[in-house]
Amino acid sequence: MSAQIPLVDYLVLGDAPHLVAHECTACGARFFDRRNACANCSKTDFRSVDIPTEGVLRTFTIVTFAAPGIAVPYVAGVVECGGTSVRANIVNCDPTPEAVSLGMKVKLVTVPVGTDEAGTEAVGFGFEPA
Amino acid sequence: MSDDVWILGINMTKFGKHPDKDSVDLAAEAATAALADAGTDISKMGILAAGNLLGGSHIGQMLQKQIGQTGIPVYNVANACATGATALRTAIMAVKAGEADYGLAVGVEKLAGAGLLAGGSRGADSKTWEPSGRYGSVAPIDGRIGTEIMPGVFAQVGMEYLYRNEYSGTAFELFARISEKNHAHSTLNPLAAYTKRMSLEEIMNDVMIAYPNTRPMCSANCDGAAAAVVVSGSVLKTLSQEQQKRAVKVAASILTSDPWEEACQILPDVNTLTRNAAKQAYEQAGVSPADLDLVELHDCFATAELVHYDNLMLCEPGGAVDFFESGATWRDGSTPVNVSGGLESKGHPIAATGIANVWEICHHLRGEAGDRQIEGAKVGLAHVIGLGSACGIHILEKAA
Repeated sequence: MSAQIPLVDYLVLGDAPHLVAHECTACGARFFDRRNACANCSKTDFRSVDIPTEGVLRTFTIVTFAAPGIAVPYVAGVVECGGTSVRANIVNCDPTPEAVSLGMKVKLVTVPVGTDEAGTEAVGFGFEPA
Repeated sequence: MSDDVWILGINMTKFGKHPDKDSVDLAAEAATAALADAGTDISKMGILAAGNLLGGSHIGQMLQKQIGQTGIPVYNVANACATGATALRTAIMAVKAGEADYGLAVGVEKLAGAGLLAGGSRGADSKTWEPSGRYGSVAPIDGRIGTEIMPGVFAQVGMEYLYRNEYSGTAFELFARISEKNHAHSTLNPLAAYTKRMSLEEIMNDVMIAYPNTRPMCSANCDGAAAAVVVSGSVLKTLSQEQQKRAVKVAASILTSDPWEEACQILPDVNTLTRNAAKQAYEQAGVSPADLDLVELHDCFATAELVHYDNLMLCEPGGAVDFFESGATWRDGSTPVNVSGGLESKGHPIAATGIANVWEICHHLRGEAGDRQIEGAKVGLAHVIGLGSACGIHILEKAA
């Protein structure tokens, strides 16, 4: 199997793909980006936490215009996974208001992004109807 | 030092396409007209605060070099779509602090013909995957992990309100009817970029940008500028009767940024900082939402207007849908919202908007709004949001 690299460093690939967040050890605030400090309490100590792979769609939009290489229309939204909000696309369903609904149950899946010149496959994630 | 601050003069240019005018032309037009409206001139100004979001970072000095280099302090400000309100706030702060008797605030943008605005970066894909940036991303994220385009971000903001409040109706139609209101209002505003009445069907059948926002439900990209002259209450007392009669009191001038809330770095939270700014503004002005005769709020997209009814406490918490459906926010309702036509039809030259919506309020408070005059208007509220984020709220009161 060719090498794989996650689209973002907070996606863990492998047999059980999932997201990880940095959780502030002082106040519990969670972040997905590289941190200088906690935006809630300004402390600087974090632990890694796994984010549940199942969630509920809190909001969405269906985007019709995008940069070259991005298929449109696509569904962008926020999924609430056991108390942590995650930005993601909703995939493997029709990108229509009939197929996507507020409060829909969804689960994390991986999404191929493409293969580079060295043969490495970049893999992203999305959420599909559960 | 705790003197009142007043708007002595204010102006906005016609919003629309101005291909023969550059940003400095438009800023000079608005600033010169605001100074004339104030019955004063540039030599009296003790501070200049200026914003031009998409231009260079020294619009203030560029303006001075056209209309008067008096050597006063210039603050070039930027707060995304709240830039105009930030410029006004800066001038007000200086006058309030006793550092200037008069201040000039200017906002200008040339946006006609601009495409979709997006936050974040959109670099091209490279040849081998290399993690970079704070997310260690190997390719651009926009469109792969959510959307960064503004119509999409604000579509989610509006839909999230419906989710939280368990709305069971038709989202698309609800938001389209907000847009219908604003386009109807615009027919009475000769300074609006678009003054065409649009039916619900026309709005819903127009080009979809990011569901549920169709093109007419998005703020109109256009050129424009706005400027205001502020003065301290003690100096105002020394001016003419006419100047004192037309001066508008700044009852509140507030700027907030977004405090941390869960999910605020996932989808911008435009709610908490607006509510915070509104509370501070009502307290500073000593008025309640019921006292407002008109409101100009930040309908960057029809989906945004709905949430701000709640954030500005114009309605009960969670009650924005019922409030809109009661007809309250039409110009003949109990709380006219965006009688100018709003950003959707008046237009949104980004840095100008925060002063232009104050202009609209002043126009009514002075009794000069002609066909679209809200009768007997005494108190109005102007609100803008810039993503990142910043919220500017001004409450204006008619001179006694």
